[in-house]
Amino acid sequence: MTAPAAPQIPGRFGPFGGRYVSETLIPSLDQLTAAWAEASADPTFSEELDRLLSDYVGRPTPLGFAARLSAEVAQESGRDVRIYLKREDLCHTGAHKINNCIGQVLLARRMGKTRIIAETGAGQHGVATATACALFGLPCEVYMGAVDVQRQGLNVFRMKLLGAKVHPVEDGTATLKDAMNEALRDWVTNVGDTHYVIGSVAGPHPYPLLVRDLQAVIGREARAQIQEVEGRLPDACVACVGGGSNAMGLFHAFVPDPAVRLLGVEAAGDGLGTARHAATLSKGRVGILHGARSYVLCDDDGQISEAHSISAGLDYPGVGPEHSFLKETGRATYLSVTDDQAIAGFQRLARTEGILCALESAHAIAALPQVAATLPDGAVVIANVSGRGDKDIGTLAARLGVTL
Amino acid sequence: MSPSPRLAARFARARAEKRAALIIYLTADDPDGETSLRLMRAAIDAGADVIEIGVPWSDPSADGKAIQAAMHRALARGGGLRRSLVLCRQLRDAYPDVGLVLFGYANPIVVMGPDVFALKARDAGADGVLCVDYPPDADGALVTALAREGLDYVPLLAPTSTDPRIDAAVAAAGTFIYYVSLTGITGTALANLDAPRAQVAAIRARSGDRLAVAVGFGIRTPGAARAVATFADGVVVGSAAVEIVEKASAAKRDPVPEMTAFVSGLRQAVVRSV
Repeated sequence: MTAPAAPQIPGRFGPFGGRYVSETLIPSLDQLTAAWAEASADPTFSEELDRLLSDYVGRPTPLGFAARLSAEVAQESGRDVRIYLKREDLCHTGAHKINNCIGQVLLARRMGKTRIIAETGAGQHGVATATACALFGLPCEVYMGAVDVQRQGLNVFRMKLLGAKVHPVEDGTATLKDAMNEALRDWVTNVGDTHYVIGSVAGPHPYPLLVRDLQAVIGREARAQIQEVEGRLPDACVACVGGGSNAMGLFHAFVPDPAVRLLGVEAAGDGLGTARHAATLSKGRVGILHGARSYVLCDDDGQISEAHSISAGLDYPGVGPEHSFLKETGRATYLSVTDDQAIAGFQRLARTEGILCALESAHAIAALPQVAATLPDGAVVIANVSGRGDKDIGTLAARLGVTL
Repeated sequence: MSPSPRLAARFARARAEKRAALIIYLTADDPDGETSLRLMRAAIDAGADVIEIGVPWSDPSADGKAIQAAMHRALARGGGLRRSLVLCRQLRDAYPDVGLVLFGYANPIVVMGPDVFALKARDAGADGVLCVDYPPDADGALVTALAREGLDYVPLLAPTSTDPRIDAAVAAAGTFIYYVSLTGITGTALANLDAPRAQVAAIRARSGDRLAVAVGFGIRTPGAARAVATFADGVVVGSAAVEIVEKASAAKRDPVPEMTAFVSGLRQAVVRSV
């Protein structure tokens, strides 16, 4: 098939994406679209961004061969497989989120915005935004679901230490979607001086494009790195998908190469057969959430469902529109793994490679045996370790019955 | 787009009576189906020209606390798009001439399908639809579907709207445009009227005086309604009405008498003194 490299209409990925927002926000989205088009074509902007990514974020992140993990996955799947880990967990602040935040805050400064807001689920995006704001000396306010504030106390404290104001959101399900609703309410009220740093490839145009462009550094690096060590492209790229920014970041550079399979892993929570999961692409329907047309989890009346995942970062009933497009065109495939499988994936990566990954990333690790089973012997696979697991230690301990 | 005859007649009548049309927003099924119907009937009996039937949605990101809470109360009672259509039909059966506008968010409409929705809205006796997060150029499907069924698409415009946005709204509108008086969410108090006054005049002019312009967001009292009525064709009151329902329900009082008194006061206020 022909690889869909870019949306045919600006802001659209086939029938997905677009701008389904309050009229008040449209001029700001126009302004942001224009500013990004201009900035991304400006060598001074790119140079400053590249310098920050290398000197501050710590890029390029390593792509490392995971020998013991590969051996276990080979044994379980019956396929000889060579797994490489893209180490976004080694970015400053501990996850890929910073790639996007540095870029957006740099852009906001260029646009003359003097105040930054963000939503956060697991807290990684909130920490990354607070970090970028501290670096540039801009005030930062973060909206976070009250449930997530409870289960991610460490990240809440980190944000506060970085000088950000954290607003717990009690509405609705008190998770990521409600945090995003509240951030939108703030933005519509303060649209003149405020830039809203959306943390995923979700939201109204240009956000899915902007965030993808800023995260695409993951795949650009991985592509060059794998060619360097293996002398060829990988057979498959695997990443977890909540909103989908780390996956889109890894996939983007490989979309034009049809031989490279792109596999997104959603959170199946208690199981796809239950009501408690966050597998939007696997079980959702096409609708509108947070400004874009994409798959959503909702009932027959269009009421958004409560998502569930042990991983706060995947606990979202929507997904970025470009993922819906990649699914619809068959360019990418979306699997899911349960909470229990993710925990087993976490433990396997810790035991075999000495890496405590985020519970989000553990979903990608847990899917590797089922991915390998579909590939030929000798296949090369890149798995994205999108973040580190320190923030999840409390959740894991509770789940495993350990008192700290 | 051609105007809805009923909405056009209501604005024309208000104009002839030298007043602004009074538009009351209430969330369907808040606090329950039976009371909600009585509240809307009370608002009409007290002089509302148009009822905006708020369609409850789980994620109302353009609304402030009052309407969010109303939607959650309604959802807890089984409210939603389907029930809102039933309520609309009940009102239409009781009031052949009042303007009825379904007011909601995009997802329930998209999940139902804009074509099916438009058909059902027509069958329910609605005159128009206002969808907060479905601008006319988002994909055009809603505007087209409503036009096919002879229903008004009611566009929103905001203080941030540029001339091309105003022109797009004017092209999609049937009878009136809803001008959002402030950059913010519902329930915020409106501070300054100079900017809305100028914008309303500008929008009306860009439509070649074809369209009426109603002003909403931030109109909480008869005093504010009186001030806005001096320059707007219609005055929309939402959060303040919804708060009456909230307070009365919390105190286990019937909210209907207070609604009648509140809307009567607004109705007197929107008459322009010469």
